[in-house]
Parts: sequence; structure tokens; C-alpha cells
Amino acid sequence: MIYENLPDARGHFGPYGGRFVAETLMLPLQQLEDAYNQLKNDAAFRAELDRDLALYVGRPSPLYPAERLTKKWGGAQVFLKREDLNHTGAHKINNTVGQALLAKHLGKTRIIAETGAGQHGVASATIAARLGLKCVVYMGADDVQRQSPNVYRMKLLGADVVPVQSGTRTLKDALNEALRDWVTNVDDTFYIIGTVAGPHPYPMLVRDFNAVVGREVITQSQDMLGRQPDALVACVGGGSNAIGLFHPFIGNETVKMYGVEAGGDGIETGRHAAPLSAGAPGVLHGNRTYIMADANGQISATHSISAGLDYPGVGPEHSWLKDIGRVNYVSVTDDEALAAFHECTRVEGIIPALEPSHALAYAKKLAPTMSRDAILVVNLSGRGDKDIFTIAKREGISLT
Amino acid sequence: MTRIKAVLQALKANGRKALIPYITAGDPHPDHTVGLMHALVKGGADVLELGVPFSDPMADGPTIQLACERALLHGTSLWNVVEMVAEFRKRDTTTPVVLMGYLNPIEARGLDAFAAYAKAAGVDGVLIVDVAVEEAPEIAPCLRAHGLDCIFLLAPTSSAERIAAIAHEASGYLYYVSLKGVTGAATLDVGSVAAKLDEIRAQTDLPIAVGFGIRDAASAAAVARIADGVVVGSALVSQIEKHQNEAQKLPELLRAQLAEMRAAIDDVAVPERLAS
Repeated sequence: MIYENLPDARGHFGPYGGRFVAETLMLPLQQLEDAYNQLKNDAAFRAELDRDLALYVGRPSPLYPAERLTKKWGGAQVFLKREDLNHTGAHKINNTVGQALLAKHLGKTRIIAETGAGQHGVASATIAARLGLKCVVYMGADDVQRQSPNVYRMKLLGADVVPVQSGTRTLKDALNEALRDWVTNVDDTFYIIGTVAGPHPYPMLVRDFNAVVGREVITQSQDMLGRQPDALVACVGGGSNAIGLFHPFIGNETVKMYGVEAGGDGIETGRHAAPLSAGAPGVLHGNRTYIMADANGQISATHSISAGLDYPGVGPEHSWLKDIGRVNYVSVTDDEALAAFHECTRVEGIIPALEPSHALAYAKKLAPTMSRDAILVVNLSGRGDKDIFTIAKREGISLT
Repeated sequence: MTRIKAVLQALKANGRKALIPYITAGDPHPDHTVGLMHALVKGGADVLELGVPFSDPMADGPTIQLACERALLHGTSLWNVVEMVAEFRKRDTTTPVVLMGYLNPIEARGLDAFAAYAKAAGVDGVLIVDVAVEEAPEIAPCLRAHGLDCIFLLAPTSSAERIAAIAHEASGYLYYVSLKGVTGAATLDVGSVAAKLDEIRAQTDLPIAVGFGIRDAASAAAVARIADGVVVGSALVSQIEKHQNEAQKLPELLRAQLAEMRAAIDDVAVPERLAS
């Protein structure tokens, strides 16, 4: 399939992607691309990465048969890809381990990262601690408030957490600030972008580092079930966990894929974070992709109960997969995600993060439409410990 | 000949350097922008750079980001900015105006519609910060077809190949970013800027304006010795921020601030390279 070879040499996925940044960043991006292209086929680099993924991250993560959810929902057999069991509790570490190895090979001594929910910030701080690198994490001031446990974790790991006060004080503003830091300190600093957005080569390399998730599912499904899944479901903010699961399956057209965006209060209210469902193509953070913007092209404030999905853009590869119809992009509301959070917690004894709770909420709708021998894999991209304060607050429960 | 080329050629013929102030349109309020543009011309501006506010100005520092936020608070749109230029043109038909901004607000209105509207209003050039030369083939020809100059950034990190490619796409002048960083950042190393300008001049005859890090008369003069033009942005925008609540004072304050730089630049009017 032709789309398996994307992006093209200029970092384009069809009309999306590219490198829309000021001239100052062009050289470091080119150097990163060159280094990655050289190292990705280097046997020693691959071996080092595989070793880290096995011994530090704890891969492979299980493909868990959620028998009670299956029974409750009625329909397809539901399997959960347990990315929540990774070190640091989410899929984000797959990418940070990979990019940190790149940083090491490039001789950089300082790591910067942006974070929304804090999972990517924690993963970056973690790997920086292990490699003895300095780490600065940019985080929207509002997100610092709603994700305080992760802020503290990052500080324990030795990172500086910088609350970003500009703009909407969320993930997009943290990304702006991290780009500014990078352009200023490019000589010694490696910018670990946490999602499949940003300028080329980031959407490609973050995808490649997360694709281990989909590759494992291919093997696990074959070993456990003797065949491949019928459908995959993953939440989409920037879209790194989704692309990680989807990418190895893209050429296998018998596998249906569903990317679940944050519908917030409901698409019709305008208070959501669902650019693929309700946005239009534009340019943000160095790439052309679906974004949420007003008629004047100003980026819109987004809303989601989940800080990790609260982003007005999405990785350019998702935009391409939407346009060619390979992936179905849908949305669920805050309330639906919250209900799925509780259901998974009570029924399976697994506390999911609010981000994959969106995927669970959609899987709950999808499973009953499928036959009982069908296989449905949900990417449980992170654990929900970080979210318990948000949930308690929303439900009027005081924890202090 | 375009208005930009005419002005820069005339300056060069007289051994003078261009002074190019930047302000963000709509800051502190859209009603003040045209008056500030005239004040900057009175203070000695040769070319005006007018920023189009954007919600996510990732190549700019905090000073210009805050200016964008002030302008957006009053709903300053791309179309408003073009209309400000049309208003400015009623009293000034000679000073070139360059719009500087990000791609998304332009594409939201349609590149072709924007170029036509801007040209008709009297805009002379466009600098789209997040369009580097790689993405320019889809954008620059449209701007050129409407008679707008395409201004591009060059950076300390631009390779010889990139300089050649950028010089090929650019017209009007080249904007050399004097340091690694965002607008409004600190320290300017004149020696390394001079070396890079020699490298750029080996590949192009386009005039080179230098910006980022020029905050006062002394740094303006230092840059004027080696460049064809001096861009002053954050220093003026900081003044606007400081006096945003007494906007009636701003025209005179900005005029005076720029006039100091004008005098300092004109003192070094005959550069070493002409004298030697």
C-alpha cells in the first residue's frame, strides 16, 4: 500500500504535514531527520532501544481479554492493549525512550518537552533522570492546576516544570513555549515532542517509536487467537497512541480502525477538542493538518475533561487517514468518557486514564454492533491514577 | 519597480541605511495603529513592518505574543489589518508597508483573495514567518503574481544551499535573524552577524535587513555598520505595552524612540565597505 511509505521526502502525508517553521529551526530539524534516518537502521541503536523497551519500559505490554466488559457490552470480544502497565503508566514512554536515545547519540545534554496531561512530561523527566540529562518541561498553567500529581512526579524526577501563562494556558501554549526554548538553545538541547504533531520529522519519528504497540498486537493476536483483530479503537488528541496502534495495520484493509476524539460538552456546543470531527485543514505548530480555528484563522480554545486530549490540532497522518477513509474518526463526550472510566474500573478492576476512557466509551457503542466472534482491540493508553482528583472534583467529592 | 525596491535603492545611492520598525497591528487598540504608522514615518522609518496578530506566534518572544493577545482582544483580523494599510495610504503613498505574520490567518481567508486585497490596499510585501523556502513553491508565486514582494527570513543556521534557495525565492529584501532565539531575545554578536552577512552577500544582491536583538540607538548603529537595513520590533512593542493605557502619548513616544535610532544610524551612514 502506498500510504505505508509516507511521509514523503518533504515530510508530507498527502497534503498534510510538512515543515512550517521559521528559518531558524530548519537546520536543527534537518539534523534531527538525518540523524534519525541514519540511526533507525543501525543495528546497535535498534538493539539498545529494544533492550530499553524490554528491561526499562517492561514491554511487551499484555493484550488482555476483558471478559467481563465483553459480556456486559454484548457483541465483539474486547481486548485491552495494556499500555497503562508500562513504566510511568502510559504509552508515552515508548517515544521518550527512543528520542532520548537519539539525543544521546547527538551529544545533547539538555532535554525539553511539552506536556498536557503530564504523562509525556513524566516520561521525559524519567528518561532524563536515567540518562543524567537536564530536563525542562513546559506545561500550560491550567494543566499544572488540574494535573498536580504529575507535576510533583516530574519535580521528584529532577525536572524543572515551567507553567506557561500565555494564550489559553494549555497544551498548545506549552508547545509554543517549548519551540521557543529550542530555537534559543538549539546547540545543547533536544526537544522531545510528545505527539505525532509538530514539524517533520517529528510526526514520523514519534509514530515509529510508538508503532511497537501495533506490532505487538499483531504478534499477540496471532499467538492468542490465531488471527488478526477485526477492529481497533484508540483515543486521539495529538494522536500518538492511536497511530502507534494503527500504523502497522494500515495495509491490512480487513482491520477497521476508529480514532476517538474528545467531544467535550458535545460537538454541537462548540466546547470540544475534536478537529477531525468538527475542524478544517490549517497550519499549526509546524504542520498542515486539521485544526480548530475561527473564521479569521485564530486557533480556538478547546475543551475536554482530559488534559491529554485538549489540543486544537492533530497529527498530520491522521488528517491523511481521515481523508482517504482508512480510519473512522468519531467523538465521545466528557460524560460518556467518565461513564466508561467508572465502568472499566468497576468491571475489570483497571483504572484507565481519562484519555483512553474516550476509546472505551466508543468501544462500548461499537462492540454490540459486531458479532460475538469478532475481535475488538482498545488501546488502553494510560492509567488513571493521575485523574482521580479531576474526577473527584467533578463529582463533588473532597479528597483532602 | 516596486515601492520597496525604489526606497532601498535610493537609500543605497545616498549611502544611507534603512530603518524598519515593526509594530503589531491592533496593539494596543485597532484605532491607534494608523496613527502609530504615521508617527513611525515621522520618526524616520523607511519601511514599515506591520504584524498581523496570531493566537500562536511560536517564533516570537513574550513581548510580541502579548501584543498579539492585546490586538486579538479587540478582534483585530487580517482584513482589519489590510484596511489599516488602506487608511494609512490615504496620507502616505511613498513608505513601503510589509505585512508580517503566520500562515494560518492568511489561508483562512484564502491566499489569492488576501494577496489581491492587500495589493489593492497598498501593501508592498509579505513575510510569512512559518513559511520557509521548502513550502514557498505553493505560496510565493501567488503573492508575486499580485505584485507583492516576498520577504524571507535567513538565520545564523542557514546553510549555503539554503541561502541560495531563499535568495532565489525572495524579492524586496532579505530579513536576517541576528541570533538563535525568538523576537525580543537578548545579546547581539555583531562580529558573527557581519561574517554571516558576507556569506549571504556572496550569493545575492538583495538588500539585507537585520533584526532580533536591536533594542536601542547603540545596537541600531552597530548593525547599520554592517547591514543594509535595521529592523526594530520588540523595543517599540515594549513601549506600547508600557503605555497601553495612555495610548494618546504613544505616537510621540514611538516617534522620539525611533528618531534616536535614526540619528544613530545616519551617523554611521558611510560604511567601511564603501570607504575602502
